[in-house]
Amino acid sequence: MTRFAEILRRDLRLALRQGSDSIMVVAFFVLGVVLFPFGIGPEPNILARVAPGVLWVTALFASMLSLDRLFQGDYEDGSLELLALTPTPLEVVVAAKAAAHWLTTGLPLLAAAPLLAVLLNLDPEGFTTLLLSMLVGTPVLSLIGAVGAALVLGARRGGVLLSLLTLPLTVPVLIFGVGAVDAALHGLEAGPQIAILGAMLAAALPLAPWAAAAALRQALE
Amino acid sequence: MVPAMTAEAPPDFSGTDLVCLRGGRVVFAGLDFRISAGGALLLLGPNGSGKSSLLRLLAGLLRPYSGGLLWRGEPVAADVEGHARRTHYVGHHDAVKPVLSVAENLRFWAMLHDPAAAEGRVAAALARFGLADLAAIPGRILSAGQKRRTNLARLLAAPSPLWLLDEPTTALDARAIGMLEAVLAEHRAGGGMVVLSTHAGIDLPGATELRLDTFTPRGELAEMAL
Repeated sequence: MTRFAEILRRDLRLALRQGSDSIMVVAFFVLGVVLFPFGIGPEPNILARVAPGVLWVTALFASMLSLDRLFQGDYEDGSLELLALTPTPLEVVVAAKAAAHWLTTGLPLLAAAPLLAVLLNLDPEGFTTLLLSMLVGTPVLSLIGAVGAALVLGARRGGVLLSLLTLPLTVPVLIFGVGAVDAALHGLEAGPQIAILGAMLAAALPLAPWAAAAALRQALE
Repeated sequence: MVPAMTAEAPPDFSGTDLVCLRGGRVVFAGLDFRISAGGALLLLGPNGSGKSSLLRLLAGLLRPYSGGLLWRGEPVAADVEGHARRTHYVGHHDAVKPVLSVAENLRFWAMLHDPAAAEGRVAAALARFGLADLAAIPGRILSAGQKRRTNLARLLAAPSPLWLLDEPTTALDARAIGMLEAVLAEHRAGGGMVVLSTHAGIDLPGATELRLDTFTPRGELAEMAL
C-alpha cells in the first residue's frame, strides 16, 4: 500500500511539473464540444437533445489522448523495468498509474463538464446525473485504457492503434453514461444506469490491472 | 568422495543448465554458475553473446527457456517478490526522470524498494557517488555520467544482497569508476554478491570470470527452437 501511494505521488508530481497533459486533455474536451454548435447549428432544442451524447463522446476521445503516454515514458527511460522489479506485484504498479491518470485527466474533465453542459443548453435537471455518471464512468476509461496502453507498448504509431483497440471496449460505458443522463432528463430514475456503471468499475478494478500487467511483462521480455 | 562434497558450503545463488531464447534464437545454452556470499561474477564476451540477457534473466525480467535459478536452495520462480527484494538491477537505461530532482529520483526508487529506507540513507548514497551538491538539480540537466551515478546510488539507498550490473561503467569517468569499485568492494566485504558485465576495465578482485561466448550454440543447435 505504501508503494501504491509512492507511485501515485510520483506520477502526480510528474504530471504537475510537466503540466501539459492535463491542460491538453481539457482543452481538447472544450474545443471538441464547442465545435458541435457550429456543426449542427445553434438551435437550443437540438443542442439540448444531443448534449449528453456529445459530452460523453468528446470526453471519451479526450481521455484517449493522453493514454499512449501512460507507460511509454517509463518504458523509454528504463523506469518500467525497475517498476517491474520492485518487490510489489506489477498489478499494483498498474493500478497506481491508472489512478494517477484518472486524477490528472479524468477529474479535470469532470470539472469542465458543467460549463460545457451550460454551453450546450443541457437541462439543469441532468447536471447532477451527468457528473455522477462521469465520476463513475471515467475511471473505467482509464482502467480499460491502461490495458490498451500496455498492449501497444513499443509499437510504432501506438497512439492510433491504442484508440482502435480501446474505443470499442468503451461502448458500454458510453451507453450507460448517456442513458443515465437521458433518464434524468425525462424525469426517470437514473439509479440503475449509474449502478451498472458502478458494476463495470467494480469489474475493471481487478481485471484491468491484471491484464495490463500481463501485457507489460510481455513488452519487457 | 561424498563427505568432501557436503563439506563445501552450498552457493547462495546458482543457476543450472540455463537456456535463453530470444526471438526464436538460442542465445546461450547449458550455462551453469554459482556465486556465494562475498563473491562476484564477471560476465565477459563479445556483443550479442548474451551478457545482458543473462542479467535480465537473473533479475527476473526474462524467463529462462529451460533450467532453473536457486537462491539458497529455493527456486527463485517460487518467490518472485522475495527475489525482487534482495536484488538490485542496473540496466542500460538510467531511469532518471527529467522533471524530478536527483534526490527525488533516488528517494522514489529507495522507498519503492524498501519503504523503511531512511532519509539518511538517500543522502549518504548521494554523497558516496559525489552527487551531494547536485541533490536539488533536476534530472533534465544532468550529464550522462551524473545520470549513471544517480542510477548507481540506488544500490546504496536501499540495501540488497544481490547486485546485477549491466555495464555499470558506461559514461563514467576514471574517478567515478574508482568510487564504484570501492562501493563494490565494501558490498562484497559485507557478504553481498555482484554479477557484473563489462567491456571497460573494472577492478573486481577475486571475481569468477564467465565467458558467455563459450555457451553460444553453433550450427543446428542454434535453430533448435524453430
